[in-house]
Amino acid sequence: MPVAEPKVTLDLARGLGLTADEYDRIFKQLGREPSYTELGLFSALWSEHCAYKHSRVFLKRLPTTGVRVLQGPGENAGAIDIGDGWAVVFKMESHNHPSFIEPFQGAATGVGGILRDIFTMGARPIAILDSLRFGDPTDPKVRHLVAGVVSGISWYGNCFGCPTVGGEIAFAPEYTGNPLVNVMCVGLVRADKIFRGRAEGVGNPVFYVGNKTGRDGIHGATMASATFDDKAHEQRPTVQVGDPFTEKLLLEACLEAMATGAVLGIQDMGAAGLACCTSEMPARSGTGMEVELSAVPQREEAMTPYELLLSESQERMLLVAARGREDDVRRVFAKWELDAVQVGTVIRDPELIVRHQGREVARVPIDALAEGPRYEKPIAEPAWLADRRAFDPLTLPEPSDLGAALVALIGSPTLASKEWAFRQYDQQVGINSLVTPGSDAAVLRVKGTRRALAVATDGNARQVFIDPRRGAAMAVCEATRNVSCAGALPVGLTDCLNFGSPERPEILWQFAEAVDGIADACRALQVPVVGGNVSFYNETSGQAVLPTPVVGVVGVLEDASRLATQWFKDQGHRIALLGPDDVSLGASEYVWTRHGKLAGALAPLDLGTERRVQAAVRAAVAAGLATAAHDCAEGGLAVALAESCITGPASIGADVSVEAQGRGDLVLFGEGPSRVVVAVEPPRAREFEALMAESAIPWRWIGTTGGDRLVIRTSGGAVVSVGLGEIDSAWRSGFERHMA
Amino acid sequence: MKFGVVVFPGTWSDCDFHHVVSEVLHQPVKYVWHRERDLGDVDCIILPGGFSYGDYLRAGAVAGRSPVVDAIRDFAAKGGLVLGSCNGFQILCEAGMLPGALQRNECLQYRCQSTHLVVDNVETPFTRGLRAGQVLTMPISHGEGKYYADAPTLAQLRAGKRIVFRYATPEGEVTRAANPNGSLENIAGIVNEAGNVLGMMPHPERAAETVVGGTDGLLMFQSLLGSLVEDGTFLKR
Repeated sequence: MPVAEPKVTLDLARGLGLTADEYDRIFKQLGREPSYTELGLFSALWSEHCAYKHSRVFLKRLPTTGVRVLQGPGENAGAIDIGDGWAVVFKMESHNHPSFIEPFQGAATGVGGILRDIFTMGARPIAILDSLRFGDPTDPKVRHLVAGVVSGISWYGNCFGCPTVGGEIAFAPEYTGNPLVNVMCVGLVRADKIFRGRAEGVGNPVFYVGNKTGRDGIHGATMASATFDDKAHEQRPTVQVGDPFTEKLLLEACLEAMATGAVLGIQDMGAAGLACCTSEMPARSGTGMEVELSAVPQREEAMTPYELLLSESQERMLLVAARGREDDVRRVFAKWELDAVQVGTVIRDPELIVRHQGREVARVPIDALAEGPRYEKPIAEPAWLADRRAFDPLTLPEPSDLGAALVALIGSPTLASKEWAFRQYDQQVGINSLVTPGSDAAVLRVKGTRRALAVATDGNARQVFIDPRRGAAMAVCEATRNVSCAGALPVGLTDCLNFGSPERPEILWQFAEAVDGIADACRALQVPVVGGNVSFYNETSGQAVLPTPVVGVVGVLEDASRLATQWFKDQGHRIALLGPDDVSLGASEYVWTRHGKLAGALAPLDLGTERRVQAAVRAAVAAGLATAAHDCAEGGLAVALAESCITGPASIGADVSVEAQGRGDLVLFGEGPSRVVVAVEPPRAREFEALMAESAIPWRWIGTTGGDRLVIRTSGGAVVSVGLGEIDSAWRSGFERHMA
Repeated sequence: MKFGVVVFPGTWSDCDFHHVVSEVLHQPVKYVWHRERDLGDVDCIILPGGFSYGDYLRAGAVAGRSPVVDAIRDFAAKGGLVLGSCNGFQILCEAGMLPGALQRNECLQYRCQSTHLVVDNVETPFTRGLRAGQVLTMPISHGEGKYYADAPTLAQLRAGKRIVFRYATPEGEVTRAANPNGSLENIAGIVNEAGNVLGMMPHPERAAETVVGGTDGLLMFQSLLGSLVEDGTFLKR
């Protein structure tokens, strides 16, 4: 039965998020007026979310190759060779817009989407990490979002059976109207059994597998490519609804079907659903595809071709099977009680031909869909930024009680313990978790080998705000340093770039600078970027989020029995501080929490020093010399030491003297890159000294572990002496008290 | 000793139990699909954790009525050993093979954390190698683990010494603060009347290797193996 469709007009196109220029471009590409269904295809695939039209020109600057790289950007996820015939597959993606509209399902389907990106490559997911940003947790609306997002992640990840092993949660008022939900997933696959989203072989059958299609999430990709106003909640119908149980069945069925050899290519139906898969898969193979929509399993009645193509119903995949092996595919999916229906065929001509009940409803050149417009829009540094950066934080008053300042800092929501969230996540299923949340990096063993993987996510948005290029480079440095502190060699990186509207020159400038910063650091540290995601339009009523590039890093630990964690293990160990003295209170956590100010220049970053410090830490861990290693990040040296004292199974104090001139708060809480605290057993101190001398890095002994207090003296005369109990209770309650 | 690990749609601790039995205990082990009506040649059936059938309706409700459970009921009636952990415990209760029910955690949130269990009964094949009052450390990971039974049932459990594990402090004291989910009487694990069917919410398979969660869970498996090697009473029964 033909369905009455709206007339195609420029106004209709605008309503779907297309510009007048893009509307004209469609006419040129087709040589005629598009049908309503075709207009829907273009609007989804040319959305910022799918086409990266504002970002592509910048993303080309990222280094994406390396000897270990098996798959770089452009597929569902990146893949890196880790030896012994294994590859690690990983990617991070955002689900910011849906999570603001409906936090539980928004976050849950964010987890579901990234899990599928991993197992569509043939890999079994082994870890999830979440990088979350929210507004001030004293705001009840923000608490509602935090609780919803955390329970959504918990519900989906736990039911699916993939452990959540890391991530961060940070707070800043700029996220009040736009929380960020970035989820990274890591999986393992045999290096010669990686699957890709390709449509090879003319005449091969195209199967739709998994959940049935409903009307949920239609135009989700378009929604995610626009800013919000005060009516954002009206977008709720564009948020998808997840079913982790079906996802688990889909995982098992896909891996089992892949093992039969009948599957040639496969892709997750994520953003823009069937429309995306039916154009991207042939685009990668230079083929075309014809599909009959009435064959698509449906859970709602009278769905139109437009709805069937653009639905973002969850837990679905499109796969291309070898002709003659159709029954193998059907048998496996039947075993897991999932639909597997042939909906189309790979064809020679590079066209997407869509029929509905035999009637042709779309015929579009694949290239036209898959190669969306690309823009090189103007960029401009915001005029006010130089003044913000020129601010001297040392004009702010110095606190009279530095110990109290430390307790207040470590009890601030961003630095405080996130156990309230992590205890809601299964952290162990799969029994690979050697180090669970609470150290610089999570560590997972690779069963059947001596190796382990270390994974960490990071992104300090305040630093990026004040200096996008250096701040983003510092994010790469911090995440790789975290992995190095566990003893692992960083081998690959994924990023999630969360910004405001790229149509504003100052936002696009932030973006361009941040990409350059990531590129600089990745080149210097020899870590390729193998995948990622750009999320623009994170603004509500004109208020953009802080520019927030989040990076996720995977490292390989050659010997899983030689790893380090961040906490002190015993009394009497010597404490070393590796790295330069240069720190700054500019854009620091301390200046923000104490003075409510985001201003001042960042400390200098020397990527050569960063590389050598990380190599030195890894060498110390590999030699069994480091009983603890912890990087100095937000809150500076004092917070790093405090965390090493209290985050282990038993609290262990420290007595430290820092030979650094300058104000006490600068020495204690100043932030700077390339700094790591390492603990060493006294009998091995000489060996450690020799190793450090070889490493050609600045370093020195600063004290000893022991007692039940953290004591820090600076040569400038400042003294901090705080009981661990006081630090511990501030740290434990700092976030949780808002959620209780 | 031959093990069978039951796989329902949505089970996820199956691979972990399989790994521990084959790689740590070096015992033969096979997966048993939920549609099986014949368990084959096994001495011990493990019902692992997960979200069988999505835990729709109630946790374990659908799995508790699946074909394989009929076979397991017959197997247990003949004295076969059955260990249900996490979702496996919920399934055993839903199937009526153990009394009581597992309700939503008192905190209304999922909880994944380390717990301490005091061993109350060392007369079962699963705990025979342990000392009464011994404290084991094992993680829990569940949203619905609050054990509930009516007063007469609880009295029967107590009288029959069928409470095997209770949540406790590291020193073995059974306190309210040590109870992670609000279970009545801090109950973490119980056995059936014959003692050959054990249900517990904690995950022994996650505490079977030094590098991941310690080896207190392994003690249970070793107990199980030892009891059969020493005397075959539980198999012969």
